[in-house]
Amino acid sequence: MHPFQYQRATSTAQAVAAVAPEPGATFIAGGTSHLDLMKEDVHRPSRLVDISLLPLKQITALAGGLRLGAGVSNTAAAAHPEIQRRYPVVSEALLTGASTQIRNAATLGGNPLQRTRCPYFRDPAQPCNKRAPGSGCAALGGINRGHALFGASDACVAIHPSDLAVALAALDAVVQTTGPRGPRAIPFPELHRLPGATPQVDTTLAHGELITAIDLPAFAGRSHYLKVRDRASYAFALVSCAVALEMDGEHVRRARLALGGVAHKPWRLPAAEALLVGEKPSEKLFRAAADAAFADARPLEHNAYKIPLGRNLLVQALLETSGLQALAGPAGTAFAASVGGLAGTFPAPY
Amino acid sequence: MMDAIGQPLERADAHLKVTGAARYAAEWDLPGLAYGAVVVSGIARGTVRAIDAKAARRTPGVLAVLTHENAPRLRPLPDKLGKVLLRGEGGMTEARQPLQDAEVYYAGQPLAVVVADTHERARHAATLVGVTYDEQPPELAMTTARRQARPATFLGSPEEKLQVSIGDPAAALAAAPVRLERVYESAVTHHNPIEPLATIAHWEQRDGADFLTLYDTTRFLTGVQQIAAGAFSLPKENVHVICPFVGGAFGSKGWLFAPPLLAALAARMVGRPVKIEWRRQDMFTVAGHRSATRQTLALGATPDGQLTALQHDTQSHASLVSGFAEPCANLSRMLYQVPNLGFTHQVAHLNLPSPSTMRGPGETVGGWALECALDELATELKLDPVALRLKNYAEHNPETGKPWSSKHLRDCYARGQALIGWEKRNPVPRAMREGRYLVGYGMATTMYPAGRNAATARATISADGQALVESATHEIGNGARTIFRQISADGLGLPVARVRFELGDSALPPAPNTGGSVTTATVGPAVLAACRNALRALRQLAVRDAQSPLFGAAEEAIEARAGRLQLRAAPAQGEDYGAILRRARLPAVSAEGSAKPGPEKKQYSFYSFGAVFAQVRVDEATGVIRVARLCGVYDVGRVMNPPTARSQLLGGMTMGLGATLMEETSYDPRTGHPVVRNLADYHVPSLADTPEMSIEFLDNPDPHIGELGARGIGEIGCVGTPAAITNAVFHATGQRLRELPLTPDKLLRAATRA
Repeated sequence: MHPFQYQRATSTAQAVAAVAPEPGATFIAGGTSHLDLMKEDVHRPSRLVDISLLPLKQITALAGGLRLGAGVSNTAAAAHPEIQRRYPVVSEALLTGASTQIRNAATLGGNPLQRTRCPYFRDPAQPCNKRAPGSGCAALGGINRGHALFGASDACVAIHPSDLAVALAALDAVVQTTGPRGPRAIPFPELHRLPGATPQVDTTLAHGELITAIDLPAFAGRSHYLKVRDRASYAFALVSCAVALEMDGEHVRRARLALGGVAHKPWRLPAAEALLVGEKPSEKLFRAAADAAFADARPLEHNAYKIPLGRNLLVQALLETSGLQALAGPAGTAFAASVGGLAGTFPAPY
Repeated sequence: MMDAIGQPLERADAHLKVTGAARYAAEWDLPGLAYGAVVVSGIARGTVRAIDAKAARRTPGVLAVLTHENAPRLRPLPDKLGKVLLRGEGGMTEARQPLQDAEVYYAGQPLAVVVADTHERARHAATLVGVTYDEQPPELAMTTARRQARPATFLGSPEEKLQVSIGDPAAALAAAPVRLERVYESAVTHHNPIEPLATIAHWEQRDGADFLTLYDTTRFLTGVQQIAAGAFSLPKENVHVICPFVGGAFGSKGWLFAPPLLAALAARMVGRPVKIEWRRQDMFTVAGHRSATRQTLALGATPDGQLTALQHDTQSHASLVSGFAEPCANLSRMLYQVPNLGFTHQVAHLNLPSPSTMRGPGETVGGWALECALDELATELKLDPVALRLKNYAEHNPETGKPWSSKHLRDCYARGQALIGWEKRNPVPRAMREGRYLVGYGMATTMYPAGRNAATARATISADGQALVESATHEIGNGARTIFRQISADGLGLPVARVRFELGDSALPPAPNTGGSVTTATVGPAVLAACRNALRALRQLAVRDAQSPLFGAAEEAIEARAGRLQLRAAPAQGEDYGAILRRARLPAVSAEGSAKPGPEKKQYSFYSFGAVFAQVRVDEATGVIRVARLCGVYDVGRVMNPPTARSQLLGGMTMGLGATLMEETSYDPRTGHPVVRNLADYHVPSLADTPEMSIEFLDNPDPHIGELGARGIGEIGCVGTPAAITNAVFHATGQRLRELPLTPDKLLRAATRA
């Protein structure tokens, strides 16, 4: 770890003013990912501007939707009754992420900005274009079991690890920011970018631009999150899936689908979404959508299993969201969202 | 008299641990303490050309940067420590002293230590050290490695031969009516105790001579003492090793000595005590691991399931400076009655870190391969897996011909079947479902050798009626402090509340390393002997004291009960221990005792046995496996303390579950760097992965292992569990997965192939 300056911000304006002029300065909120990377010498900030005391911890009603303050903890958001009731996909995504202790510290603004879990990114002894531009991508010909199927480049095959971001992408959330050029609103699917030739840049945020809130638009349908991981709790997704489904009687009016664990950003599935619109839910329909979803997947040496896994997961998520099959646990809980549930006797003892 | 032994007493150090008062190696506070941060190799093979430490040395607070160029010289490691072969093929440890030369054998190898006045300054300065190398392409694949060895024995032990052929396995296999040959592969796994490695080294002058104190997290006090003394050319008595608590070891913290030596080198250089607390990342390179294995099992049998031949060939890997072989045939050599039995072990030397023992070394993954192969044979022959094992039940040790000291494995099978509900198992694979899940039942035999070594202890009875018993053994979470207190209480005829047991200090009467599940059977009898000797001294005081009610009594007529010496025939005639000592104007009476195995070791074959049964459910669409139930029934001799014994087995079974379903360290196939370096990505079982476990002991005392009748229990829980789960996954899905761990990708690939 390298020496750095630390200061507490007293207002969003002051926070922005403290970070914007200094290229090595950065905001810190929960720090659950940032501090690990500092200890690994991957992040070497010259200044940390602590935003954890800013008044960004409110969840308020907003034009039929909700405005979630960027400083709300993952734990608080997951337990919020309006989120539980209207956007269970958000609670489910949050509760399948990390551990209780980490969720208590992590924030909604910070969570979508966490860096990739690609092991090569985290080891300064190895090449990584995201960490050290131009040094090469060790994952491309290395251990890439956890890496991208979609949207990768020769420079980077890393994936984005956030569960919450997958849910927010499916809900078309809007990110509210303030920065040196004033406030703006970013549609969530535009927050993250694909690696291209500059994988060191994860998002479309400018330096010194601070997320102040995340808006959930009005939504009257059903939503659901399903996640497969290497262990039953506290593991990043191999593949995850968020579904937001709005019905017109027996037919799908609007479907929004996003995958986690398969790309450098939450991966929306426009072709599969379009296939569902106007149709009556059935397993056959969902299979067709899943086939369309993975038609242009480009597997690496070790991650081809994510294609059948992702297809099957998408079908399962659609079956459960549409009500053709029961959820594995109460909506809005980790039990609904964790494939396989808890170890122990069947049915899973939640 | 066994009042305390066998009682479910709470851990003697529970309060210290849960309140944070237990002091671990990194927590000692010494005046003038400085902090070391280790710079490790960024390449896997080559030579250090230069280490540029100028920037680090200019950093405020930096006291020194040690490299191979300026570090004090160390004498080489000895070839053996006691009877254990350290160096060479089949040896235990990394045969290399740190910071003595410029060779790089694996990525993550320590190359320099930066010492500063604070931890943060040391860590920062370590990042400023620049190393340049003459790099060579590393060798990283077991199958193509040029240097392959076939060590004759494990650790130089004549009883643990690694290349054996009894009868004619090749001919018997060729002639067998039913023949099965399968390859099983297991991944590298790491111990990852919650407490990382840590050492504080402190040099002093005592009586004009160098004296080294090491606060080190170790399960081998006397080993660290002897190795450090040898390295620095000191008499053994001038090295003091202190370790009252170990935050988990699981086979690490025993036999890799470079970490404490690095701290001692650094402290020597700066003339201040130095602490080196290793990062979690370093635990994947300097703390040892279980090697990956590739095992070929060949079984020959008659159509009714009588084994006629068994050949078990193992390939594992060690570093270029270690000869450690994962002894995978430990179950194959003794578990079943097979007339033609062969096994081999081959070690590929790679540019990967040095391996070490890990809970059930050999047994855990070797037993997995054997017990999976048995299950495959049972399927082939349409036999019940338990029936196949009973058919080949060994009434004596098939390799040595010796009788078992005690074996009740049939009872383990029967009780395990009852616990899991084996009769509900439809023998046809893929036949059982619950909702969207496939359900399967599997079982496996488990065993662990019941070793016993020599140990010593000291018992002191004070005039206040309290007692202190001591031995240089270790508390690694195994419950040593608790059960030896119980044994001491019974040995001294005192209530447990009046007895303290201390360990974790090399100045105490010597005991061997805590490993190989030998500690109860090894230290327990020494504790009893010390207690007996202390009581004898007290009796002698009493019978010679004219004022004692026991004056003139024959010693054999006196018994010790509840803190009193009294006549066996007339218990009212006697007195308190304290009264005897006070009248003699003695503050205490103290005696040492020692115990070691006798001729029984040559007469009998000592093993613990068990049977593990698993029920799993599998979501075939996603490859997700969950263990629904795990039942283990164990024949481990007399149980000293049911809750701590249960914890040992529960922990072992959980670790076995982890090795089966999720634990894996992979190395980059080109650079040899570990690509898993933290506990978020190295998956050990979470609570959500851990089912309720039924754990039972038969509690039959072993009549030959010493008067306690207790065999070790540290490792047997880890063995057996992997095969029981793997076999249950086959029963659920019809897919034979022969590559650990059984992560979702593997099941999906198998299902796609099918």
